[in-house]
Amino acid sequence: MRDSTLRTKSHNVNWFRYSSPASFYPLAGALAPWFAVPAILLALAGLYIGFVLAPTDAQQGEAYRIIFVHVPAAWMSLLIYLAMAFWSALALGFNTRLSAMMAQALAPTGALMTLVALWTGALWGKPTWGTYWAWDARMTSELILLFLYLGVIALRQAIDAPRRADRACALLTLVGAINVPIIYFSVQWWNTLHQGASVSVTSAPRMAALMLSGMLVMALAAWCYSIAVALVRVRSIILERENAAAGSAQLDGMATRGAL
Amino acid sequence: MSDFLHMGGYGYYVWSAYGGALLAVVAEIVAVRWRLRAARDATSTLIAVGWLK
Amino acid sequence: MKRLPAIVPILATPPGARDFAAWAGIGWALQRDLGLALRSRAELAVHLSFYVIVVSLFPLAATPDRGLLAAMAPAVLWVAALLASLLSLPRLFAVDLLDGTLEQIALSPYPLAALVSGKIAAHWLTTGLPVVLLAPLLALQYELDSEAITVLSAGLLLGTPILSLLGAIGAALTLGVRGAGSLLALLILPLYVPVLIFGAGAVDAFRVGLGAAANLSLLGAGLLVAVVGAPFAAAAAVRIALD
Repeated sequence: MRDSTLRTKSHNVNWFRYSSPASFYPLAGALAPWFAVPAILLALAGLYIGFVLAPTDAQQGEAYRIIFVHVPAAWMSLLIYLAMAFWSALALGFNTRLSAMMAQALAPTGALMTLVALWTGALWGKPTWGTYWAWDARMTSELILLFLYLGVIALRQAIDAPRRADRACALLTLVGAINVPIIYFSVQWWNTLHQGASVSVTSAPRMAALMLSGMLVMALAAWCYSIAVALVRVRSIILERENAAAGSAQLDGMATRGAL
Repeated sequence: MSDFLHMGGYGYYVWSAYGGALLAVVAEIVAVRWRLRAARDATSTLIAVGWLK
Repeated sequence: MKRLPAIVPILATPPGARDFAAWAGIGWALQRDLGLALRSRAELAVHLSFYVIVVSLFPLAATPDRGLLAAMAPAVLWVAALLASLLSLPRLFAVDLLDGTLEQIALSPYPLAALVSGKIAAHWLTTGLPVVLLAPLLALQYELDSEAITVLSAGLLLGTPILSLLGAIGAALTLGVRGAGSLLALLILPLYVPVLIFGAGAVDAFRVGLGAAANLSLLGAGLLVAVVGAPFAAAAAVRIALD
């Protein structure tokens, strides 16, 4: 049992104490509102900038305003996968339960961000490039990222033993993380080869300062939101594992006593 | 106001996009809170029955 | 007793012993798995027949128009190779798990990564290589010209080992799990995408006049990376599955 402490101002904070799920549970509960409230406020501010302050785009008209939800969602889908990979590396390297639980808590939110990015991207594509799905490098890579998320979630569901599931999902996440740049590069390669045949896809409109700041504020809102949701979800994961362990311990005890 | 909804002719696309995103966010928040409540209920039941702590 | 990370046993063997044991381990596993596979030749024939049938399905679903067939030949032959690989991968570890041999293998003095490499090599020899050899014949069904067929075969020769290497990681992760077959597909197909893109892309690039060298070089580079990295990842996954 580690006993190191860090003195911050007048508190003696034993950070390693929080690495046990039981102690992290109340901390997560206390922290969640500190991310949830800013998420709402930042989202309102970002939408205000995006819809009221930012000018109409010369080429795309009002349709470009979708970027204020599309781009932050896409950024978060990548960032969350990186965060999952970070926690997975910790889980495999130090064999900590809580790191694996954090990775488990992040996966559904990441998948949802990817879905939102795909949905909003398709609705942005139709008015701007004439088609809902243009097979461009970024959207295709986003689709494959969705499959990677779903794979991790499916593997978690398929394995019953929680510690084995932790390690297997951690390894899968890391293998996926190494492959994401390779996949993106290959899809971009494929896209440039077939550029002539497909719709030529331009990038986001030239950024007026207000457009960029709107996007950044929404991205920050999405970041706070993801952390808040992940903290709440990890709380339920901690409880679920505790319950399952208690249940199986009880049943084991009953079996040995011959009560079953 | 109707200009705002019309979005220069792109209203369908913009509001479908934001509507879908909002739906996803709301669904996730509801699901996460339901999951936590279910887990808490299970924990209290197990404590009451004496199987836990 | 605190569990050590999976990487420690690999690093803890002294280098000299590790090199010797590694090659011996690869050879032993390769020999054993080849022997086992050749004893059940019918299963290998079934997997190969699956490949042939899938390739024959596409013209039936489309029109037997010569231009269209030649255009979609690389795509069909490659996707079918991916699917055929998925079909045969569960066999890599599951059989050994069932009769307890896998645990024995994990406990042996040979490095697990070496043993896994041998198994993967045997898997490729019995499932990937037949596809490489059969694809040119099937490409004739698609009216692909002979130079393009050469490029296709070169791509498959470089790519099918990558499929076996990456697939082994997936097979080890899903060992003994409910619905392992479909889950394996979901896990591995996204990782297969670059191989598919560069493999089929080589033929397309060649036909357009850009030359297949770039695509094939990238496949070769991918093969090197996979050969070096995948056995360790698969070995780690096997240890996770066995503990």
